[in-house]
Amino acid sequence: MFVGAVFFPLLGACVSGFLGRWLGDRVAMWSTVFFMALAAICGLLAFWQVALSGQPQTVVLFTWMQVGELSFSWSLRYDTLAAVMVGMVTLISTLIHLYSVGYMSHDATPSRFFAYLSLFTFMMLMLVTADNLVQLFFGWEGVGLASYLLIGYWYEKDSANAAAMKAFIVNRVGDLFFMLGMALTFFTFGSLEFDAIFGAVQDHVNDVFLGIPSLELIGVLLFLGACGKSAQLGLHTWLPDAMEGPTPVSALIHAATMVTAGVFLICRMSPVMEFAPVALAIVTVVGASTALFAATIGCVQNDIKRIIAYSTCSQLGYMFFAAGVGLYQAAMFHLFTHAFFKALLFLGAGSVIHAMSDEQDIRKMGGIWKKIPVTYAVMWIGSLALAGIPFFAGYYSKDAILEGAVAAGTGVGMYAFVCGAVAAFLTAFYSWRLLILTFHGKPRADHHTMEHVHESPLVMLVPLLLLSVGAITTGFVFAPYFIGDAATAFWNGAIYNLPAKDMMEALHHAPHWVPTLAKTVAISGILLAILIYGFLPHIPGRVAAAAPGPYRFLLNKWYFDELYDRIFVQPARRLAVQLWQVGDARIIDGMPNGAAALAAGASRGTVRLQTGKVASYAFAMIIGLVVFVTLFLTGR
Amino acid sequence: MNAAGFPILSLVTFLPLLGVLVILSVRGEEAVVASNARWTALWTSLVTFALSLVLWFQFDRNSPDFQFVERLDWLPDYGVSYLMGVDGVSVLFVLLSTALTPLCILASWESVQNRVREYMIAFLVLETMMVGMFCALDFMLFYIFFEAVLIPMFLIIGVWGGARRVYAAYKFFLYTFLGSVLMLLAIIAIWYQSGTTSIPEIYEFDIPFAMQVWIFLAFFASFAVKVPMWPVHTWLPDAHVEAPTAGSVILAGVLLKMGAYGFLRFSVPMLPDASQYFAPMIYVLSVVAVVYTSLVALAQQDMKKLIAYSSVAHMGIVTLGIFTFNQQGIEGALFTMLAHGVVSGALFLCVGVLYDREHTREIARYGGVAKIMPAYALVFMLFTMASVALPGTAGFPGEFLVIVGAWAVNPWVALGAATGMVLGACYMLRLYRGVAFGRITRDDLKRLLDLSPREYAVFSPLIVLTLWMGVYPQSFLSFFSATVAQLVAQHQAAISAASRFAGL
Repeated sequence: MFVGAVFFPLLGACVSGFLGRWLGDRVAMWSTVFFMALAAICGLLAFWQVALSGQPQTVVLFTWMQVGELSFSWSLRYDTLAAVMVGMVTLISTLIHLYSVGYMSHDATPSRFFAYLSLFTFMMLMLVTADNLVQLFFGWEGVGLASYLLIGYWYEKDSANAAAMKAFIVNRVGDLFFMLGMALTFFTFGSLEFDAIFGAVQDHVNDVFLGIPSLELIGVLLFLGACGKSAQLGLHTWLPDAMEGPTPVSALIHAATMVTAGVFLICRMSPVMEFAPVALAIVTVVGASTALFAATIGCVQNDIKRIIAYSTCSQLGYMFFAAGVGLYQAAMFHLFTHAFFKALLFLGAGSVIHAMSDEQDIRKMGGIWKKIPVTYAVMWIGSLALAGIPFFAGYYSKDAILEGAVAAGTGVGMYAFVCGAVAAFLTAFYSWRLLILTFHGKPRADHHTMEHVHESPLVMLVPLLLLSVGAITTGFVFAPYFIGDAATAFWNGAIYNLPAKDMMEALHHAPHWVPTLAKTVAISGILLAILIYGFLPHIPGRVAAAAPGPYRFLLNKWYFDELYDRIFVQPARRLAVQLWQVGDARIIDGMPNGAAALAAGASRGTVRLQTGKVASYAFAMIIGLVVFVTLFLTGR
Repeated sequence: MNAAGFPILSLVTFLPLLGVLVILSVRGEEAVVASNARWTALWTSLVTFALSLVLWFQFDRNSPDFQFVERLDWLPDYGVSYLMGVDGVSVLFVLLSTALTPLCILASWESVQNRVREYMIAFLVLETMMVGMFCALDFMLFYIFFEAVLIPMFLIIGVWGGARRVYAAYKFFLYTFLGSVLMLLAIIAIWYQSGTTSIPEIYEFDIPFAMQVWIFLAFFASFAVKVPMWPVHTWLPDAHVEAPTAGSVILAGVLLKMGAYGFLRFSVPMLPDASQYFAPMIYVLSVVAVVYTSLVALAQQDMKKLIAYSSVAHMGIVTLGIFTFNQQGIEGALFTMLAHGVVSGALFLCVGVLYDREHTREIARYGGVAKIMPAYALVFMLFTMASVALPGTAGFPGEFLVIVGAWAVNPWVALGAATGMVLGACYMLRLYRGVAFGRITRDDLKRLLDLSPREYAVFSPLIVLTLWMGVYPQSFLSFFSATVAQLVAQHQAAISAASRFAGL
């Protein structure tokens, strides 16, 4: 069961990838769905046994490397943290596989697509069940590879290729720090296995490396790694571009699972992070800034998928600052609920795009809610959950995070709260902007497209409906376990909180105005969006015209891409050409080639001396004799 | 006599020469001779490989000593003998050489059409020299093999190479030969001091520090060119570009390892103090190699040149690992050497597949190949990922171990080496995108055929090895551990002894 949950997707990937050509597309597609369903059953059983019945377990497969004192195995570690992720990933992945059967039905090579999708799921599961940092890194890079392949799935499109490369390379920048973090962890603890690290944290609290406490440096390096994968401020640029991939990919990888790996990493390393207060403060500030920053951009984008992508970026920021103030439980809870409603939103957007004949610009939509009522309804549910409206899933987790930020009682906690509250307002605003522009108002698409608007087939609607059940129920069903009274038994030691801080206790004593404020800003954001886009549609244009500077600043995503292009990409390209053509060709090769030319020239010169005339030889001899005699005489 | 009960190392070394004799004796029409030469060469190399597998199974992984030792007196008056043997450092390189040779012969099956007989002879002679070099335990013997490798390689590049083959062959020969002459001087100096050329005996011999420095520099001149280290690397791209595909495979797969092997066999154990003294210089050169050549690779238009530059970067990781003097670093370096032998060899074969069909190596001439050659695209993707050291493929364990090892010595060096991760991804993905992705714009690309059965036969062992080395590297690492552990212990002992004397 534990092994099955992880390896069934790999089996599915192999079947579809290698045998797809012989099996035919339909068989290949359904076989991956079948294997995913098996994995999901195993995953849910594992969740039941490990998390709810409290029986964590580690399955050791075989040794991976053993070099000197450095030794670690391939193994599957099932504690509550892993089990939550395994259950969630297998379930959502199964639903998305199912949805893709409908969504990709007109594609030329669906077997390849499903192989990638299953491969991704396998890698993600390896990541979350890792028992040591290196296996986590295996999954970490593996999901990066799968994401690269899936973003560039339509490899004939140049923009898709560019986006895929960008995703891989930006991720690699983060991975570089992850790698160094591992090196320092080994240097400090002499091991990379979680049990050994966590057991020895107390002994290394006072270790110093390069003048910095080792644990702080480990925390910062791993967080930089997490920034790459989870698209936090600075390394976020790849995520919006990643929307070039097919929509189910965006839902599975770039919303529900892969991008949350960074949050998972921080929670997994909680026993170390708890002893690294400065690193945690950095996590908090970066997370909070990202939450706000991405939300501002989300308000002006026009591509339906990009809006949701920025929203993902922003929600990841919430998770990070929750972890940063020490509320790993709330971070994981938000990760869990977010996976459901964000997958739902993406798949809903996919359904809209499907209906609109592959149109993604919300300025060219509108007036279609009657034609696709189910999609419309699930988008509402998803948005309500995202905005944190009471009784929907997002309400419980987001409230807990905001309360926690205040309860932390620190400066960075307050900063996080302010950013979070403003971002919550903006989130509600852009969600309803999206809903209204997409579904309401006069149709802005051309006549031809409008005629083709149709509800998606059943195979796509079933996952949507199941996910919307998740978006409604996961909040109040699981709140007691993740952050409520049953939390201690539920987590069962998988997450470590410093007893001195005891954030879980502090959470219950958060001021009462916090939830009220959160609800108020969310609802006012919704009302503002409805007012502006529903009743006064000329206002947005006027605002944009009145403040063209800020508008363009936001529309161009704070000019991050341009900045990086100037600072890193262009200089690197120029330097590369310079090093090659000047460094290698002219300087390094110039020396031996010059030596060769010198030798050849010298020999030509010597040849000229041999004229064959006796007189000139005699003359040279006399000169030589004179020189020698002079030297001989003066030398004495 | 040894664990195998017969002189296995000599047999593995000289068996290919038997094949050479057979090929030389074939007479008849040119086509018949060519076909006979191909088959003879293939069978000879396969039998050699099968025989060398004895080493895999019989080698005692728990012993750090030399095994399968053979000794014959050669020039007893001068202390020179015929001494062969392998330890954990060299045994897998013998296997790598014997494994890559049949693949190279198979890869040249159709692409080499003129002077087939001579070509096959050159490869078999090359195999003898490579294996002999890794087995030799006597300095003179080592030197002979080390130098003799140059001759067949020089011919392979110079005769069957591309347009500028003569320039490249001369550059290759002169560069590597110049260093070797200095090495000969160093060998004579050591012999003069110790009166023997037997490597295990020299290990026991203490060389004074002042002399160590000079000998180290002489060795360095030879090995650094072979590795190649920055800034003496420029012969490599030219040699690769002009060499035929199989020549590139052997060049990258085995010949580049000779320099690093030399460092490990001679410089580090014989000259511990000088090695320690010069280690910072090696770090700097290695990190410069990683960053500099990765950037240069980024600018390349020629597929082979790009991979050649990436080789230099990978070898930078290797030299860095060797001079960390700790278990992780050295084992990582050894593993990277093996992995690079497999992966870059495979990448050159990937280029060869396209070159055989289109006769150009310019990246811009391709695009969209994935559409018509899906199997090829998959294979190419696997090796691209192995080259950027994705965990689960062969490239990862070595790079990871070297970075972990380097961190213990100097974190900034580790950071410099790790930037190779990012830059490596940049140039390899750029290459892959340019070749495999995009829309097909040229008509001549549309009629390309996917991999032939022969090409599958060439790639499948490499694919298996790449994944095996990634998922279960332990079966390779276990060969290294005992020997490397002893090496590290001896190095530390020598260093502490030296510092104690300095203290007095």
